[in-house]
Amino acid sequence: MKRYQNMLMMIAVIALVALPLWMVKRPAPGADGKEVQIFAGSDDKAKDLVGTISPDYKPWFTPLMEPPSGEIGSLLFALQAALGAGFIGYWYGCARTRAKLDQANHRAARC
Amino acid sequence: MHIMEGFLPVKHAIGWSIASAPFVAYGLRSINKRIKEKPEQRMLLGVAAAFTFVLSALKMPSVTGSCSHPTGTGLGAILFGPVAMAPIGMVVLLFQAILLAHGGLTTLGANIFSMAIVGPFAAAAIYRLAKAARLPFGFSIFLAASCADLLTYVTTSAQLAFAFPDPVGGITASFVKFAGVFAITQIPLAISEGLLTAVVMNALVRFNSRELQEMDVTAPQEVQA
Repeated sequence: MKRYQNMLMMIAVIALVALPLWMVKRPAPGADGKEVQIFAGSDDKAKDLVGTISPDYKPWFTPLMEPPSGEIGSLLFALQAALGAGFIGYWYGCARTRAKLDQANHRAARC
Repeated sequence: MHIMEGFLPVKHAIGWSIASAPFVAYGLRSINKRIKEKPEQRMLLGVAAAFTFVLSALKMPSVTGSCSHPTGTGLGAILFGPVAMAPIGMVVLLFQAILLAHGGLTTLGANIFSMAIVGPFAAAAIYRLAKAARLPFGFSIFLAASCADLLTYVTTSAQLAFAFPDPVGGITASFVKFAGVFAITQIPLAISEGLLTAVVMNALVRFNSRELQEMDVTAPQEVQA
């Protein structure tokens, strides 16, 4: 039952990611003929909103280091995810093996 | 939920940093104490931190046509208590602020406050309430983690609204605008985060039931399932 439940939850997550990709249609290019960006970061949208609410606001500090290109940025994001996923995988492997060995020991003890 | 570098006025930036600092300090102390008393829980602390690392790196598309990311702080807050997540969230936010120009050092305090303080406290509180109301275990986890995710983004919207009140409608109008950007986008992602947290928690219950009972996350009879 538990495994079945986990599977369903994973499918739901995949559906939640895939559905927007399918539902959101790219709007027609604006008057300037430029393609409209979709699926931009909400952080950037908030930045633009600050610009509309207080046009006079000037950021008083700039990032010390910016990824030189989008590729480098995605490299670092992938690295961050890999570190986390790697550790979770390590824990899962350890935990499973420990559970198996425990079971085997119990069985051996009973014989 | 990352407020960009330099995008909070100086006073706000300092104010949020001062507000966040004691939580980070107290969180560090609580983590140290726990690891000293129960070294076997180190692995679970690693899982909680790793989960935040993964989830906050995943930028997922939403129905509003923009992308955002979950926070992953609910799991650790339920396991280790909300303050423990303040320093862990800070590590993630520092990584992104320094290497990725995502978020920033001047806005670090504000971002810690939304992601690593408000979110975790919400998660822990909602989990307690759900447990007291005798809701099913998996559903309580889901509820706590997804509400924590959503409230993190509501907090960011409020922080930006305080800093940039609308010239006509004031803070309220500004909050509605920022929430339109952040909170609405976040709804499907919050659901995803709740589901993923429940998946990991199911695995924890299966493999680390003794630790979870010690940590008072599950009652003994729930673990037998």
